Amino acid sequence: MNLFAYDFMQRALVGVLITGLSAPALGIYLVQRRLALIGDGIGHVALTGVGLGLLTDSSPVITAVIVAAAGAIVVELVRERGKASGDVALALLFYGGISGGVFLATQSDGRSSLLSYLFGSPLTISKEDLLVMALLGGAVLLIAVALRPWLFAICQDEEYARVAGLPVRMLNLLLAVTTALTVTVAMRAVGLLLVSALMVVPVAAAQLVTRGFAATMYAAMVLGVIASGGGLSLAASYDTAPGATIVLVAIAIFAVMAAASALRRASRRRGKGREITALTARELAMSRPGGPGDGEPPDVILQS
Amino acid sequence: MTTIVRAPAAPPVVDVHGAVVAYGERAVLRGIDLTVRRGEVVAVLGANGSGKSTLIRTVLGLVPVLAGTISLFGVDRGGREMRRQWRRIGYVPQRLGASGGVPATVAEVVASGRLARRGLLRPGRGVDRTAVEEALSAVGLTDRASVPVGTLSGGQQQRTLIARALAAEPELLVLDEPTAGVDSVSQEAFAKALGSFVEGGGTVLLVAHELGPLAPLINRAVVIHDGLVAHDGAVPPPAGYHADPHHDHVHPHAQPDQAGIWNGR
Repeated sequence: MNLFAYDFMQRALVGVLITGLSAPALGIYLVQRRLALIGDGIGHVALTGVGLGLLTDSSPVITAVIVAAAGAIVVELVRERGKASGDVALALLFYGGISGGVFLATQSDGRSSLLSYLFGSPLTISKEDLLVMALLGGAVLLIAVALRPWLFAICQDEEYARVAGLPVRMLNLLLAVTTALTVTVAMRAVGLLLVSALMVVPVAAAQLVTRGFAATMYAAMVLGVIASGGGLSLAASYDTAPGATIVLVAIAIFAVMAAASALRRASRRRGKGREITALTARELAMSRPGGPGDGEPPDVILQS
Repeated sequence: MTTIVRAPAAPPVVDVHGAVVAYGERAVLRGIDLTVRRGEVVAVLGANGSGKSTLIRTVLGLVPVLAGTISLFGVDRGGREMRRQWRRIGYVPQRLGASGGVPATVAEVVASGRLARRGLLRPGRGVDRTAVEEALSAVGLTDRASVPVGTLSGGQQQRTLIARALAAEPELLVLDEPTAGVDSVSQEAFAKALGSFVEGGGTVLLVAHELGPLAPLINRAVVIHDGLVAHDGAVPPPAGYHADPHHDHVHPHAQPDQAGIWNGR
């Protein structure tokens, strides 16, 4: 018997595949910026949008996009300032977001659907939901893939990008808004509390075996698709929670790949250990940077 | 390709007047003048904390100025016209930014330098690929193009950064401590790449603690001491004398105005 013969299962599959493809494509930029958890925070903020939608009887997806985008822009402005108080500001925003969402939703008739937004509910994806997911997911993919060289440049070395005359601020805001779109796409599939997992875990798994940024991105997208498709099948077969199963499959993929690459490295090291020359050892010693926050290099005198 | 329109009487490439910069309450630059003309290779020297790195970061607009004017290629650096000038500048930071663990190949990092000359969303063309290949070969990293940059030695990473700057085919290179903590093989490769850039008519502004193999390329040295220009002219005597930061040195042939340049702190 094929579970995917049912309409709702087909919609669920397409929905989670869109999520599995687009979330890591955008997530790689957040990982590179060491902002892996920002997606989680934006997810919290998006919940206020969901609550607003439930309360006003309008589409929770649309209100979530708007509120999450506004939240993401605030996060970007806090990051840009680089304030030490940034952490606290973000905490206020994120926890304000999640409590605002719960507060608003419990005032509405739709309070029972709150859980499906928190933990995902791909089996209840409607045709209209799917259309919105496809549109938003397509936009995320387009931005993440077509703008890769530019987004890579600002995430890899923002100061350099600024001196090169790239529109850094515009790209940063675009990245923030796209993060919000990704969160809303993933919301129906894995839920707002697990959104960040699909943005980060496939990337973390991919980079264990890749050498370049583009390769990592495409590998992460493949892994995201495998985790979402596989997770949904497992969930349907064993009647487990789909969102949580998808994320657990992604984590299992990561664990297997981490173990495999550790084994491979260990065996390679055994073979190569004696080849390290005095020169590379010296290069390594010299390349070590000075103390943290020290703008000047160590006083290495290389001239005799 | 964009054609660069040059003014008939070329203005200075870098022109700084009375730049004042402070971090919080602490004044780092206290009124600096600096002019770099086309084809010059100017080294900014000074002790740790003298403000020399701040000076070039200020020139590039990475640090806000409290007072003074800065123009690049005769254009006010803060103005709208500057937009089209950035591509003429290649910046080589002190070290590779701390990236978040996502691997990137040497070629990918160098290709990001090419973006300065590539319009937003415009696909790369043959000329872009050629520029990246030439930049890699100029620093001797062609065979490393597909290696993750994080696995390179400090010196090779530094060469990756100069290749990134060269890929934009700049007219001015600005380098922050290019040879600090770099092995001698990379220093030589670096000096060679810089030499051919200068031969091709390029202008260089670099900050250095030690000139090392770059010394023969330098036309002029500007010594920053305590946020002010302490010397602007010939390169002070070679750094080998000063290997020990605590040495009690005597310069029989030193110019009077050079006293306190190297031992001031």
